[in-house]
Amino acid sequence: MKPEDVVITTEDLRVWYGTAGDPVRAVDGVSFELRAGEILGLVGESGCGKSTLGRGLLGLMPDGAERDGRLLFRDKDMLTLKRREQIALRGRELGLIFQEPLTRLNPLMRISEHFSETLKAHERGITKDQIEHRSLEALRLMGIPPTRYKAFPHEFSGGMRQRLMIALTLVLRPSFVVADEPTTALDVLVEAQIIRMLHDLRDTYETSLLLITHNLGIIAEACDRVAVMYAGRIVEIGDAKTVFRDPQHPYTRELLRSTISLRTTGLNYIEGAPPDLSDPPPGCRFHPRCPDAMEVCAVRVPEPRQQPNGSRTECWAADQANGLVTLTEDERIPLAKEVIAVADEA
Amino acid sequence: MPTKPETPTTGTTTGTDDVVRISDLDVHFALQGSALARLLGRRGRTVKAIDGVNLGLRRGEVLGLVGESGSGKTTLGRAVLGLVPSTAGSITYHGRDRGEVVVSELAGRELRRLRTDMQMVFQDPGAALNPGMTIEEAVGHPLVIHRGLKGEELRGRVAAALEKVGLAPVERYLSKYPADLSGGQKQRAVIARAIILEPEVVIADEPVSMLDMSVRAKILQLMLDLKDELQLTYVYITHDLASAKYVCDRIAIMYLGRIVEIGPTQEIFDNPRHPYTQALLKAIPEPDPDRMVPRDLPRGEIPDAAEPPLGCSFHPRCPQAVAECGWESRDLRALLEEHWTRNPEATYGAERDMVGDLDKLDKPELSAHVGTKDAAGTLALLNRIKAEKPDEPFWRGVETLEEDGNGVAITFTEPTDPALRRAGGVDVACVLYPDPAD
Amino acid sequence: MRHWVRTIWNTRGLARWILLAGLVLVVAFVVMAVLAPWIAPYDFNQTRVDGDKLPKLAHPSGEHWLGTNDQFFDIWSRVVWGARTALEVIVLSVLFSILIGVPLGLVSGFIGGWADRALVFVMDSLYALPSLLLAIVFSFLLRDALGGGIVAAALSLTCIYIPQYFRVVRNTTVSVKQSVYVEAARAIGAPPTTIMRKYLFGNVVQSVPVIGTLNAADALSTLAALGFLGFGIQPTEASEWGYDLSRALDDAQAGTWWPALFPGLAIILLITGLTLVGEGLNETLNPSLRRRRLVPVRMPAMGPSDHYGALPTPGRGPGGRP
Repeated sequence: MKPEDVVITTEDLRVWYGTAGDPVRAVDGVSFELRAGEILGLVGESGCGKSTLGRGLLGLMPDGAERDGRLLFRDKDMLTLKRREQIALRGRELGLIFQEPLTRLNPLMRISEHFSETLKAHERGITKDQIEHRSLEALRLMGIPPTRYKAFPHEFSGGMRQRLMIALTLVLRPSFVVADEPTTALDVLVEAQIIRMLHDLRDTYETSLLLITHNLGIIAEACDRVAVMYAGRIVEIGDAKTVFRDPQHPYTRELLRSTISLRTTGLNYIEGAPPDLSDPPPGCRFHPRCPDAMEVCAVRVPEPRQQPNGSRTECWAADQANGLVTLTEDERIPLAKEVIAVADEA
Repeated sequence: MPTKPETPTTGTTTGTDDVVRISDLDVHFALQGSALARLLGRRGRTVKAIDGVNLGLRRGEVLGLVGESGSGKTTLGRAVLGLVPSTAGSITYHGRDRGEVVVSELAGRELRRLRTDMQMVFQDPGAALNPGMTIEEAVGHPLVIHRGLKGEELRGRVAAALEKVGLAPVERYLSKYPADLSGGQKQRAVIARAIILEPEVVIADEPVSMLDMSVRAKILQLMLDLKDELQLTYVYITHDLASAKYVCDRIAIMYLGRIVEIGPTQEIFDNPRHPYTQALLKAIPEPDPDRMVPRDLPRGEIPDAAEPPLGCSFHPRCPQAVAECGWESRDLRALLEEHWTRNPEATYGAERDMVGDLDKLDKPELSAHVGTKDAAGTLALLNRIKAEKPDEPFWRGVETLEEDGNGVAITFTEPTDPALRRAGGVDVACVLYPDPAD
Repeated sequence: MRHWVRTIWNTRGLARWILLAGLVLVVAFVVMAVLAPWIAPYDFNQTRVDGDKLPKLAHPSGEHWLGTNDQFFDIWSRVVWGARTALEVIVLSVLFSILIGVPLGLVSGFIGGWADRALVFVMDSLYALPSLLLAIVFSFLLRDALGGGIVAAALSLTCIYIPQYFRVVRNTTVSVKQSVYVEAARAIGAPPTTIMRKYLFGNVVQSVPVIGTLNAADALSTLAALGFLGFGIQPTEASEWGYDLSRALDDAQAGTWWPALFPGLAIILLITGLTLVGEGLNETLNPSLRRRRLVPVRMPAMGPSDHYGALPTPGRGPGGRP
């Protein structure tokens, strides 16, 4: 498999939830590509739609939700796929790692039975010996000793359970895995162990990974590319090193500034709160909170453009600064914003 | 078989202007045993959530309690307030107006009277507010309980508190229910409730870990501002070393119910001594794309608190462990399992068979016996394992290793349970210190 | 409280219809009971009018809408007065059960320890016994002290239902006691009575309305059974449907259907009404059962000019100023 093989392609993907009133536009026009063996980090705050995007890519949506746009897995059109084929793909080619592994593991079944069930469901005719061999191999790669093969889930600690779940997902060698906040509930040392394992996996299995998290540090250390999500859209996407060193979108910049790390010298934050996804603001969705907002930002939606440093971003200020568009004098007037009170904070 | 802990040689963790002094504190919880055990009247196991802590909280400081789950930091915070009962030791509060009070001996009404001086901010602001009370009722309730205020006077004080925490204009918030507020706003309400009685000490239990990154800084800044304005003393409990570095004057690193290192913030970060502290610092994810996920982190996880490792609790994971750190039979089991995890499946079956039942190694002992069939083969296996990774700290603790009957007998060095000792500018509980550099 | 009213008001779908249907039935009987003195042409035990005896077992007619029974009573009057009896007994018994069961459960759950365990044991034992037998036993015991009237009947029924409230409230209390806001209440120094009153009570009684209505339905059927067996309200005290049913059985075999049909119908209708209200409340107040009606999502096509864009807001052209 060549590394240039594109595994996932999305174009203008939308996932909207039905409610008793207006639909919630959780994912509202997302486009990106994911290549084989690549780790793409998806970062954003609560309510930005990143979890919805992750699950929407796998077709896991609640009642009343609709998808639209283009979504290709290799060359298969996922949105028009028949239900049976979708189900067949899940597990085998598409994997999901949750935040809380306990919900995935049946407390009454031994680990060996979990593996056996998974393998038999997707690979007919697999023999018992093959099951054991594959399972022990998967466990070994995740650092779980073979002596635990017959244990029950509750006999494992939190970090081991998460590793177990990853092993269960990977035993089928899927091409694409979505990891939705896999380490948020774990301690720092265990988190680092697991992120390292996920990072190493692509060398072993050439799996493409979409790593969803709100922790910028993990993204920086483990991901090849990063996509920053805000209010249902990807506002910046590019090579991880580039985005962190030279963020183009004001939200990315502000998010990096407000992250408290060992080198933080002052406390910074972003005023206001993410918008209501059933009624997002006109124009650029970030404009009510953006320190660089101009008149045009409140009226016209910025188009995603490739910036000179290689990242793709959708921002009038960035376009203007990099000479990609020319705005009129009126459009460039800095936007007079109302003072954002605590009443509107996150 | 628990090891006897060393008696501490210095009392440098406590000082003269301590507003709270904790001495030899133990907080043990009884675990429910199996149904059969309960039926027969046998007691279950106990978890030593706090296992011998000496600490002085200095007036006006922000003391950080940093640790992972199971470290006891949350329990310690609650013990200071008397929300969990102490099993042994004492907690003394030296109040401004109140004089000296032994918190750990109080109960009932007297303990409740202490609430005017010591308060708590909780981790989950949504869970910490009664869903059926409005913000006005919730924030004002301490005044109703302790000062009997009502009507206009009560409302005035509540409004003042809300203004102080930034929930202005107050009319917008008074009649709201917690469900109507965002995370940051709820936490402000919780802080307002904590300060409305003008306490001296505030225990902040992970106050920002459930909030979005963009709001954390705001709430932390609020807490720091209130500290200056109201002359508060904080205990800041967290698992996030980065925020602790910013807000704390002193930091205590906790592991499995003990303080393993404590000292001024700058010293802890510039020169971390305890291997656990070093590991924590290395593991913090930094949004610096030039950093890679560190590879040489301690293996394993926090051990079972009901049966902690012998000697130093961190030794099974410590890359710098030496002979007297407390090697025992369970470490032998871990060694064997790690060997089988590393090596391909082919040899597993035969080796496992030879070694026999591993469950008997789960009882912590200073000597162990493995193998039921082939003594020479078992010894050869162990030597092979040693050859694969000769730097493995485990081997430093092995005293004797010889054939014995059908298997192999191993004895370990007598363990030491290190107490806090001075090393440079900090106190650290590790046999490696003080080292010549200090 | 305001949360409940709002939820009920906002319900749609099947739950709403169930609730409404039940309410209609129940309200009809309530009206009947309240307006009894004006609706019923005769008193509940009236057998004479102006000195003349009422006919016995007369067919339903213009004179006697539902006919008369073998005791010379007008059946329509018996049914109307019976509604008053039924509702009085139900309300009293459910009220007493709640007033005893809920606080007991709250305190027991909060205090814990051996007192709690003892109470749980007693309540579980009571709960395990068949309710009708219990009611009979209590009715015997109370007959001597309180006579055969409404209060006695209500009290006999009370004891059967106390365990239900106790259990539910106690179990909810035990779990809510672990909540962070209860710990926060202790942290601000609230004494135990305040904690129970302000922090626990409102949050543990959500199930009570549903249990109350379902209890009411059960209470009525037990009352009627008691009356049927002769252990219930004595005919000298008040009119009671179950008693009338028992008297009507022999006549029914002879082909006289009306003395049995109407009291029986009354029992069935009121029980059904109460049950529907209970189930309707359960569907509306229980969030996990509630299924909101979702508006189907319709996505507008993405045109070339608002590619990646928002919906054109009214008054503004796509991508332009108004």
